[in-house]
Amino acid sequence: MARLHIDQVSKIYTGTQRAVDTVSIDVDDGEFLVLVGPSGCGKSTLLRMIAGLEAITEGAITIGERVVNDLDPAERDIAMVFQNYALYPHMKVYDNMAYGLRNRGIARDEIDRRVREAATTLELGPLLERKPRELSGGQRQRVAMGRAIVRNPAAFLFDEPLSNLDAKLRSHMRVEIKHLQRSLGITSVYVTHDQLEAMTLADKLVVMNAGKVEQIGAPLDVYERPASTFVASFIGAPAMNLIPFSALGDDGRLGLRDAAVATIGFRPQDIIEVANDNEDGDGLSLRFVVDAVEPVGSESYLHGKVGDERVVVRIDGRAPHREGDRIGIAVPSERLHAFDADGRRLEGWRVPEAVGDAGTAIRKTRAT
Amino acid sequence: MSDAVSAARPLAPASHRPAFKWGPVFDHAILIAGAAFMLVPVFLAFMTSTHDAVTVHTGGVQAWPGGSLIDNYATVMFDGLGFSGAVNGTTMMLNSLILGLGFAVGKIVLSMMAAYAIVYFRFPLAEFAFWAIFVTLLLPLEVRILPSYEIVQSMGLINTYTGLIVPLVASATGTFFFRQFFKSVPDELIEAARIDGAGPLKFFRDILLPLSRTMIAAIFIIMFVYGWNQYLWPTLITTNEEYFTLVRGIKQIIQVWVGSQIPEYGQAMALAVLAMLPPVIVVVVFQSWFIKGLTESDK
Repeated sequence: MARLHIDQVSKIYTGTQRAVDTVSIDVDDGEFLVLVGPSGCGKSTLLRMIAGLEAITEGAITIGERVVNDLDPAERDIAMVFQNYALYPHMKVYDNMAYGLRNRGIARDEIDRRVREAATTLELGPLLERKPRELSGGQRQRVAMGRAIVRNPAAFLFDEPLSNLDAKLRSHMRVEIKHLQRSLGITSVYVTHDQLEAMTLADKLVVMNAGKVEQIGAPLDVYERPASTFVASFIGAPAMNLIPFSALGDDGRLGLRDAAVATIGFRPQDIIEVANDNEDGDGLSLRFVVDAVEPVGSESYLHGKVGDERVVVRIDGRAPHREGDRIGIAVPSERLHAFDADGRRLEGWRVPEAVGDAGTAIRKTRAT
Repeated sequence: MSDAVSAARPLAPASHRPAFKWGPVFDHAILIAGAAFMLVPVFLAFMTSTHDAVTVHTGGVQAWPGGSLIDNYATVMFDGLGFSGAVNGTTMMLNSLILGLGFAVGKIVLSMMAAYAIVYFRFPLAEFAFWAIFVTLLLPLEVRILPSYEIVQSMGLINTYTGLIVPLVASATGTFFFRQFFKSVPDELIEAARIDGAGPLKFFRDILLPLSRTMIAAIFIIMFVYGWNQYLWPTLITTNEEYFTLVRGIKQIIQVWVGSQIPEYGQAMALAVLAMLPPVIVVVVFQSWFIKGLTESDK
């Protein structure tokens, strides 16, 4: 149980290419931190640097009170759960869990007590005498967790532990991991590329891209106020619609002149369907041409275009629309996200007052 | 309509009977021919070994059992053979066993350690070291036999088990097999072991060695048979008959009674059959392991 402090950490493999680029993150005692990002964004490298499996090129990592840069993995007081479980195939479940403790010279009855306790927590009791190959994926995953728990470490590190499980088991194990982490209160760092996993597990979410931290925050904060177009498109499914501001029409004619804004974004579910000439509300109204309808049951997704830009919108229940339909959609001002030319969020931006005609595909509405 | 259906029904089973296929017959003919090609010489050797020397000398290779089975085998196993008479079949078999086992075990130990170093440790010229070892495949014992003999002789190892075994032990094949196997062990396993506090020696002993069991068995079989069948090197390095191996001893039997004597063909064949047995036993007993070792990935 400890705080984890990552200070200006970089990983440089060859020459100047930075796999992880000056990353600083603080993890509080007992906090569940999730690193999320697309493959190759450096999240696994960062985790492996915390674990001691990769050397730290620059910066410092502190676990508890100790700077661990030069410590062996075994001395860092961490436990890691791997994507492929990494169970020792020739050892029984019991020995898999006990191995790390034996290497630390812990007394035999203490090992036995801890292994049995972990087995009870994870409902592995009847499986202790089995070999890993006789277990299902979910059971193996649990053994891997057990191996981490018996160590009673300062921090848990998870490297995409659920990605080899099928969808149903994954959501089940997700809840189990969260529950376990809560009840043990052990500081955890969890790496995943699955934004849903990230959202549901995290106390604190870190979105990474190309070796850099894009945003750190509580999951819902990240969702509500994405700091960049990258975060906006990565967190949330289906992804946020991002439309180049220029595509909203001829700026001069519309009067939507705002040099700072490069991209406008809104989530599929944040739209309101409106009659074509609706003039109510403060926000953006767009003319949307339906290309395809995706009924999911409780809701429907309409894929289509606004002008030349692809857009997805969500409609509750069954959509009465068909391919080729033109409908009017409006996005309330507070649901709009604006980003500058570098893709950074423009906080507090509002649709400017409309001047002139609304054009063909877009119209700016305002309260009357 | 329904008439047509019911009329067609009785015909159906006939049309479903599979047509006679010539493919399997052809396959089996080839297999049987191949098996016969392998087994007939062994069979003839065994049959000939049950005849006395005169019958063989006048009648050639024998296809049917004769009356000297026990006689021939007892003679080669227990009576003194060779010029000195100091060696019999039993001691030669023992020598062969020492050579085969020493060779196989030595090769496994050495090549496993070499492969472990090459795969798991980053040191300068590691890749070069591997290829240097690998290139020695191009230099089999027969090519370097004079320098090898010179070295062993200068070390005074002629007529010793050490001289018999050690020069044969350095092995590129074993190192190569183990290298490929170690490379197929997932990296996560060694990382998990590192986090579990296992150093290089512990990882080797607790994880790599147990995982390599089937691989070790497979290589043991290959190497044991290879060592057992060595002929050229033992011929060079052992002049004292007490160190003769079976394979080399066979020739000795036929050579001893030169002159007006008829060579003891029956006894030579008996010794040949005996020389064949241990490798056969090893392969039969370990064959399931052998196949596992070369095919299974239990990781």
